[in-house]
Amino acid sequence: MAYFDAASAEPMSPVAREALLAGLDDGWADPVRLHKEGRRASLLLDQARERVAAILRCRADELAFTGSGTQAVDLAVLGAVGARQSATRGPGHIVVSAVEHSSVLNAAAQAQQSGTEVTIVGVGADGRIDIASFTDAIRRDRIVLACLQTANHEVGTIQPVEEIAAECRAAGVPLFTDAAASVGRTMLPADWSMLAASGHKWGGPPGVGVMVIRKSVRWRAPVPAGSREGHRVPGFPNLPAILSAAAALEAFDAERDEADIALRLLTSQIRDRLKTDLPDCVVHGDPAHVLPHILTFSCLYIDGEALVIELDKAGFSVSSGSACANDTQQPSHVLAAMGAITHGNVRVSLPRNTSQNSVNGFLAALPDIVRRLRGSAGTAVKAE
Amino acid sequence: MIPKQPADLPSADVPALTINALGKKCPLPIIMLAERIGEVAVGEVVEVLANDPAAKTDVPAWCGLKLHDYVGSTQLPDDGGWAFLIRRSY
Repeated sequence: MAYFDAASAEPMSPVAREALLAGLDDGWADPVRLHKEGRRASLLLDQARERVAAILRCRADELAFTGSGTQAVDLAVLGAVGARQSATRGPGHIVVSAVEHSSVLNAAAQAQQSGTEVTIVGVGADGRIDIASFTDAIRRDRIVLACLQTANHEVGTIQPVEEIAAECRAAGVPLFTDAAASVGRTMLPADWSMLAASGHKWGGPPGVGVMVIRKSVRWRAPVPAGSREGHRVPGFPNLPAILSAAAALEAFDAERDEADIALRLLTSQIRDRLKTDLPDCVVHGDPAHVLPHILTFSCLYIDGEALVIELDKAGFSVSSGSACANDTQQPSHVLAAMGAITHGNVRVSLPRNTSQNSVNGFLAALPDIVRRLRGSAGTAVKAE
Repeated sequence: MIPKQPADLPSADVPALTINALGKKCPLPIIMLAERIGEVAVGEVVEVLANDPAAKTDVPAWCGLKLHDYVGSTQLPDDGGWAFLIRRSY
């Protein structure tokens, strides 16, 4: 039995659980009030902000906690676009990669409804943007924002954010980076203008996002934000969850290097064994520039939903980008942008402390499941 | 890309076999293509009719993987899906 869906949510660490319980005792009061309970909450919130900012390599006053990673993305993107609209020169133009998380594409689509133009830059078969195409796109007139993820959440491909950040700087375009897939897993790139991340991806509780807006960046809250979180985020902050997320991130980041080695070893075992043991199976992404814990593949001639269900029955929890496995009934836009096979798709994303035994069990179970499903499709297309 | 109309096709692209996978969900259109491409001669073209959104990605991706020649696709009327043309290469 093994949970292999860390890219959706890393299991909450014991440190996070303890900090959450302590936070319920000490962090329930309103941090903007002047009484002692409020002052205690305010102190704890400031400490959490300092701790997370240190790991993200930004100033504490540049960092706001949000209710989710998606909220952080929405506020960052729409706030940057809104602040750079011009009455005389029009609403401007956003450049995004085709493989951004759906929250980024949705925020861009929202801006588009208010007249902002959106250019989507494609990726190669490995899921990586082409630096020259992205650079050409940001060099045009009236570009108000560029969006490029640190790494892709579905196939793990790491994007050339530092190269694009340099180009953005030269062109005077702010760069938003969605770092949700890689915070606490890889060294973060430097030099971005805005960043979003999500606590449940690093072993924190659900319901905590992080938005960083560098001091030099023009940004205006796109919704009524009140006075909390530096006038950037509406609503009463979930302080117990924030304290838990901060503790979880410190623990997660402290083990980054050893986890990188251990998880990379396991994902490369899976990659190698898929090649030898499974006919008509394609591994996606670029093994040289990939997050340590994600491995995504497609098995030809199989229904992705059935594959996820059968693996679940065998005790392995994975996710899938196949159309049939998604509530939209659309294939993953990431796989489509890569020109990859979208059916029979499985994303394995290993949580910390994944054991060799559980990976062995997965590799032992998968070929039989694939064979059985290919048979039950009534087809058993002969492998060439 | 400008969609190719059957009348504009070079004669070599006129399909020797049409597979109707309309209404079939992924992966069935690909399974049907893989099973039946052997029915045409090498160099001949198979047409696959499909309206599952995954087919739009998966037909060209399958061709790339299996080294068959993906000729292109045309949109069927009334959002009815696509006609994909694939030339058997071996």
